[in-house]
Order: sequence, then C-alpha cells, then structure tokens
Amino acid sequence: MSSRGVVRHLYVHLPFCASRCGYCDFVTVVGRHGQHRAYVDALLAELDLERGALAPELESVFLGGGTPTFTEPLELERLLRALPPALEVTVEANPETVTAALASLLRECGVNRVSLGAQSFQPRLLEVLDRRAGPDDVRRAVYALRDAKIDNISLDLIYGIPGQSAADLDADLSEALALEPEHLSCYELEAKPGTRFTHAHGVELSRQAEAMESYFERVVARLRAAGYRWYETANFCRPAALADGRDLRSRHNLAYWRGRDYLGLGIGAVSTIEGRRWRTTPRLGAYLAALAGGRTPPRELEELSADVRRSERVLLGLRLDEPLALAGLEGAVDWGAVERLERLGLVSRDGEPMEALALTPHGRFLGGGVTAELLA
Amino acid sequence: MDQSHIRNFSIIAHIDHGKSTLADRVLELTETVTGRQMREQVLDTMELERERGITIKAQAVRVDWKGHELNLIDTPGHVDFTYEVSRSLQACEGALLVVDAAQGIEAQTLANAYLAIENDLEIVPVVNKIDLPQADPDATAAEIAELVGEDPDRVLRISAKTGDGVDAVLDAIVERIPPPAGDPGAPPRALIFDSSYDQYRGVVAFVRVVDGSFRAREPLRAMAQGTRFEAEEVGFFSPTMRAAEELGAGEVGYVVTGLKDVSRLRVGDTLTSERGPADEPLPGYKDVKPMVFAGLFPTDSDDYPDLRDALEKLKLNDAALFYEPETSQALGFGFRCGFLGLLHMEIVRERLEREFDLDLLVTAPNVAYRVVTQAGQEVEVHNPAEMPREIERVEEPYIKASIIVPKDYVGPVMELNTERRGRFDHMEYLSEERVLLIYELPLAEIVLDYYDQLKSRTRGYASFDYDVIDFREGDLTRVDVLIAGELVDALSLIVHRDEAYSRGRALVDRLREEIPRQFFDVPVQAAIGSRVIARETIKAKRKDVLAKCYGGDITRKRKLLERQKAGKKRMKQVGAVEVPQEAFLAVLNLDGGKK
Repeated sequence: MSSRGVVRHLYVHLPFCASRCGYCDFVTVVGRHGQHRAYVDALLAELDLERGALAPELESVFLGGGTPTFTEPLELERLLRALPPALEVTVEANPETVTAALASLLRECGVNRVSLGAQSFQPRLLEVLDRRAGPDDVRRAVYALRDAKIDNISLDLIYGIPGQSAADLDADLSEALALEPEHLSCYELEAKPGTRFTHAHGVELSRQAEAMESYFERVVARLRAAGYRWYETANFCRPAALADGRDLRSRHNLAYWRGRDYLGLGIGAVSTIEGRRWRTTPRLGAYLAALAGGRTPPRELEELSADVRRSERVLLGLRLDEPLALAGLEGAVDWGAVERLERLGLVSRDGEPMEALALTPHGRFLGGGVTAELLA
Repeated sequence: MDQSHIRNFSIIAHIDHGKSTLADRVLELTETVTGRQMREQVLDTMELERERGITIKAQAVRVDWKGHELNLIDTPGHVDFTYEVSRSLQACEGALLVVDAAQGIEAQTLANAYLAIENDLEIVPVVNKIDLPQADPDATAAEIAELVGEDPDRVLRISAKTGDGVDAVLDAIVERIPPPAGDPGAPPRALIFDSSYDQYRGVVAFVRVVDGSFRAREPLRAMAQGTRFEAEEVGFFSPTMRAAEELGAGEVGYVVTGLKDVSRLRVGDTLTSERGPADEPLPGYKDVKPMVFAGLFPTDSDDYPDLRDALEKLKLNDAALFYEPETSQALGFGFRCGFLGLLHMEIVRERLEREFDLDLLVTAPNVAYRVVTQAGQEVEVHNPAEMPREIERVEEPYIKASIIVPKDYVGPVMELNTERRGRFDHMEYLSEERVLLIYELPLAEIVLDYYDQLKSRTRGYASFDYDVIDFREGDLTRVDVLIAGELVDALSLIVHRDEAYSRGRALVDRLREEIPRQFFDVPVQAAIGSRVIARETIKAKRKDVLAKCYGGDITRKRKLLERQKAGKKRMKQVGAVEVPQEAFLAVLNLDGGKK
C-alpha cells in the first residue's frame, strides 16, 4: 500500500532487553534472541498494514524499547533499512550495547539521533536500578557515537534514586554535562506501587522523600545554568543560538506534546490517529501469531471525543516552554482557575485577550496540579 | 377488667440476652399471634432497632393468660433514654430480669434492674438460653439471686428459643407480680409512657391508666403541658391496634389524640379528663431538654432541602429532637441539632442516612452553655461558633453520674473521672463484688469519648447512668481554628482553660496531617481570641508533575488529572485553601470519639 495518509510521526517498539531493570514499566521481553527475526518480520508486516495512514514524507521515526540496540544487529539493520526515511530518526540505546560497529551501523542506516540511557554515573546507584552499564560504558558509548558522526545525542538521567544524595545528583549532572550532549531527559524515579522495586526500596524512598523534594529544582537550575533550554517538563536541549541555529528539541516528542497524530508499531505501542487511539497487545505471542497470519494484532481501542482531545491538547501543550495558543481550546479551560493561578504566579497569559497560555517557571514545577486545576 | 386480674410488666435484659425472643414466645404461647403470623421479633418495629439489637421506642402489648390480662411494656435499653425507661417502669408493677445463662449478668442490665427496684417493682428473675451447651444456669441463677435478694430456687430457668419454661414465666407473672392498685372511682389519671406519630391519626399516646377510666370522644388534658384534645379512639395492642370501649384503671393501651405534633404530648405527663379532672398529676414528670448539640451538614449541599424534610419527619416521632438551621462558611447550609445524648445523636444520624438516604457530616458534639456577656446579657449557646467573645461568666451543665462496676475496676474509673474534672460524691458496695460510684461531672466531659473510655477501662463491665443536675460556672474558653488566617467556624471549640492548649495543639497537628499541601504555604493556627496558642505550617508543594509523558502515557496522564480534578470537587474552600471533607471528618472525630 502506498503512503498517502497524513501521519508524519512513526514509533517502533523493540521490546528486547538483556535483563529487566527493577524500576522499568515498559513492555519488555528479556533475551529471546530466537524471536528477533520473527518480531522484525511482524513489525514490517504491521507497517505494511498501516502504511496507508502515513504521509509520503515523515518528520520523525523513533525506535524505543526495551533496548532497541540489544536487537540482533542483522535484524536491527533489516528493520532500519525497511523503515521509511524521516528528517529525524532516533534510536534508544543502552550504553553497554553501543560499540563502534553498532554506531556506524546506525549511522549508515540513516539514524541521526541517539538517546542513551545513562541514568546515573554512580556505580552504587546504577546497581540499585539494576543497570548493567557502568559510568565508563556511558562515556565510551558517547565517544563511539561521536566517532560515527552522530551529532545529536541525548542522555537520559534518573533522579530520586534510593540512596541518592544531593551531592550524588550534582555529580551526575556534572558528568553528563562534561559529555556535552545536545539533549538531556531527566526523569524522577517513579516507584509504582506493587512493583518489585518499590517492595525493595519503598521504605528508603519515603524516608528520603522530603530531602528529594528539591531535586527537580536542582536539575533545572543546574542545566539552565549550563546554557540548556528547559523546553519540556523533563527535557532540555542546547538552544539554537549555541548550536549553529539547529533546533535540537526532539521532533518526535514535540509531536506528542503538540497533539499531532502518530503511528506506533510493535507490542504495547500506542497510536493516535484522527481521534482514535489504540494500544497494540503487549503479548509477544499474540502479536507474532496475528501478523504471521496477515491479520491486524489485537488492540485496545479508545475513541477520543472532541472534549477529550481539547483537554489533552492543553495538558500536553502546557508541558512546553512555548505558550499554548488557545484558539479552539477555550472550552477546555476553567478561566476562573486561570485567574487564581495567575494571581499565585503559576500561569501567565500571553496576548490579548486570551490568546495563549503558559506556565511560569514556578508553575512548571507544579505542572500536574496546576493543569488539573485549570482544565475545565 | 377487674384490676385483680391485670398484671403489668416489662422485661429487663442485656442486648442479645433474649428479650425479643422471649416476647415473641409470650405472644405465641398466649395465642396473641400464631407461629405463622409471627414476624421475627414483633415488638421491635423499626428496622434500625432490629439491626442494632436495641429498642428505641417503648411499646406495649396485651396478652391473655389463664383469665388474666397481661400487659408487656417494652423499654428502651440505653443510658440516653433513662427517663423513658423510668416512665415505662413506672407504668408496671413488676419486671422480668432476663439473664443469659452463658454470659451471666452484664453491666448494662444492672442500671435498669436498680431502676426497677427503685420503682418498687417486683422482680421475676429468669435465666435464659439454658439450652446452650456452654450455659451455666446454676451459677447464673445464684448471681441473679444475690443481686435481687431472692432464693436461687425462685429463679426461673428457660429457653426462649425453644419455648422451654416460658409457660412458667407467665404463671410467675400472675403469681408474683402484684395487681395494679389505683382507684377506679377516682378522677381519671393515666401516665403517658411513650407516643408515636401516625400520619393519618396524629399523635398516638401509650398510656397506663392509674385511676378512673378513659373512653373515646372524651375531652382530655395533659396536665403538665396543658395540651387539650379529644380522644378519638382508645384501645390496646394485641399485637396490632385494637379499639376498645374504655381503658379502665390498671390497664395499658393507647389513646388516639389527633394532635399533629408529638412535642405537645410529652412522656411522663399525666392525662386526665376535662370533665372531672384530677387535682394532682402523677409524680415524676420532667421536661426533657436536649443537652448535646451538633451540626449536621449534608455532604452534598444540594441535599439540604432533603435533610430539612427528613428532620421534620423524624421530629414527628421524636419529641426530644431539636433542630434549627445553621450556616457554616466551611460546611455550608445545615442544622444545629439537639439530642438527649450521644446514642440519641447516633440513632438520629443513622436514621437520616439509612431511611432518608442522606450523606451527612456531623460536627463535634458540644453541650448547652449559659453565658453572661460583659454587657450583662444572658444567652444560651448551642454552638461554639456563636460563643460571644466578651464573656463575663459561662455556666455549663453538670451531671450526677452513677457508675456500677465490679470492685476491681474502681481505680480505673476514679482515674477516668478525675481526668474528666469529676468530683467524687460517694461510693457504696451493692454486693461483695459490685460497687456503685457517684460522681459529679461536667456533661461536656461525657459527650466526648467518655462512654467508650469507661467501657474500655472496665472491659465493658461498667454500667453508667446520669442525670443533669444543674448548671455551674466553669473556667471555659473558646478556641478557634484559623487556616491561612481564615477562621473555620465549624472547628471552634469551647473547652476548659486548662485543656485549651492541648486541644488546640491536637487540632492543629491533625489538620496539618489531613490538609494536602497546596501551591503556597498554609499556616494552621489555634487561637484564643487574638492569641495564637498553637501553630503549624503546611509547606507548599515544591513539585507536582508526571515526569514522563510520551505517546503511550497520554491516556494515563489524562485520567490521572481527571481524578485529581474530581478530588478537588469534593474539597471545601476555606479562603484560598482547599480542605478535603475527610480533614474535617478526621478532626471532628478526634473530638467526637466516634466513627
């Protein structure tokens, strides 16, 4: 089928991992080398089924996981070569999987952005997170990618790790900045109730909760001081002025935050196209079986009403540092709440009378509660 | 009927010791109802009574046994209704004292047993549940015998469940309980021991005729209150209402009054005829006034009209219930209600929630205060938020408390009473084992968690009874709570000055725990006038974000925000601060001591 749809953003899920990290809540599959080939076959079959939704030219392709770079290199290569080209092609990688060979393979296959799961530079904390890579693996991976001429590297960091002191966090930020990444994603560790991780570390986490309250502020202050732009709640990039005019924000993720349509392939992947959202089955067996038989895999479908779509536009848009244009979204906002929040210095209005809305820096630290309040 | 063939009696029993079952067997055995008609526990009509196993309203039923007319008068079984119990007992000449053979005498039975003895009632002791494998009828019989000063052989042994021995109980009622001894020829006098409201016939009074007789179409008067009406019908329950020509001296029955308001015919008042009235009412009438007050607010403010209608309906059947509209800035529109005591309050609340399907928030109960302001004005205050600030003098109600307790628990009870500002009056040994303690206490100390404390410190053995005796001056002060500088009227307290600090501190600590952190610092203060006695700050939230939000997270994130939003709708706004309803409940429970 040819590409004559309107969707310009494609997500591909590669679930395989060498081992599962305790805190992770993504759809992952450990090992199963024997199934990598079948899985790539299935992805390509699913792509064929959905190709009609895609625009002739894509803006972004994003390979997430799992650990996409843990996939058998031959299969990864086959997949990358078969995917439609895009202006931005990102692959997520775990540091220990990034060799010189893999880096050049990615480059050759059109990948121009790599998101590296560094998480921390303290061996002790990496162990708490069940991460396999050490701090040196992260550095080696960055050098390998640079050697392969990948000029858009993002580092993922996690803060609020059990046992992480403020000094540990500062050290992590320093180590990360020393590698001069174009982009940084910094996430607070989410200890989900009922997980093995929470079971093991929950007590320690609640003991530290008060001390860790300031970590988010620390992260933002440090990265901004280093010249990075805090362009989304958890994301930072070098500003265009310091990057030869390049916009280093993640094009793919911006699409989510701007409410664009996207197609997701693979187990557990979510797509949102023209008011319908679906999540493909997270079960590998069911997925493979369906696509081997030429059928669409099982999906969980969610119809998004116009109201829901407007609310989502607001809640996503306010994560960004650019004001959210409200034309068409007026009904999604509680204007009384906006006034209250404005008085509290949490929200700012841009333009007259009410053309655009943004959270103030203080408001962005409280984005969840503020958004809940100002949604109608 | 000739008075010599009439016997009037009640049954005194602890909850679950088989009062209702015994009443059922009596109805069956006397063929008042057949087994097939038998609804389990006929006498307890209200659903709530059956479920809680307590009887709220007295009722009377007439049965025939071997040529005698037996009137069983049911009594309420709790401390709040002591006055009603005493009126019911006054309508009798005897009482069955029923004790579970497996449990032995329990504390609650004692107060009513002593009340019966005080009223000169003939006590017929009965050991019930002798069919239970763990029953010890001999030991239980010995215990009762000692209590009432009877020969253990005279204690009847029965199983109300199987019916075994119930006929002997009926025989004993005839043989041992004396017949009524009023004067059939004297001007008519009847004791009102209860009333209920029927939507078609108005107030129905339950009466015990002492002297003379009453007939339908007769103009009558309630002597204490002065209420006049014509008897539309007289009759008795057997077990349903049966009209009769007349109610003669010694008989028990009902009078249909046509009155539209139960409060015009109070328990304890004396009915007499307008044509040939008696000179003196029967002794013992008291105007029962509510002493415990609390605010009742609908959780959903849209339910306010429903709450008003429900209170109106309850009031028809409950003369002791008092209510007036109250507006709280924190809790919205509701009512300040007055109750006889804590159980009365609980029952009213449960009936409102159950029978009228209302969701209620009940504020901490407080007592009635008499206040003299500096301007010399005298006011009665039912609500701490209305306590004037310029006070010359405050008086609070005091009670005389009778506590009957096994001798081993005298220490803990004395300790509790001292903590509660009690003044020891005297102590009597009722038997080798049981001690009667008399204390004077401020009623305010009882409406908190006194009863729960008393029970827990005596392992449930204490029996407790009280009478309001007078109002006395107290060193009382009003403590206010301020959240972010805003006074929260629903949380104001009137407390003894010595306790002001600890109570204020407890309130503030609890609120700090219960109020979620806001976008800004929120000071929580307890204050006497403008003097802050306790302060805590709920620190502003520093972060509140979902760190990760990509294509697969949007639905979850949206639902999270929707839940957060829904949670906010249940918040009460105090100034700029959102206080969850649960915070009020937690704080109010802190004082109410009841869930």
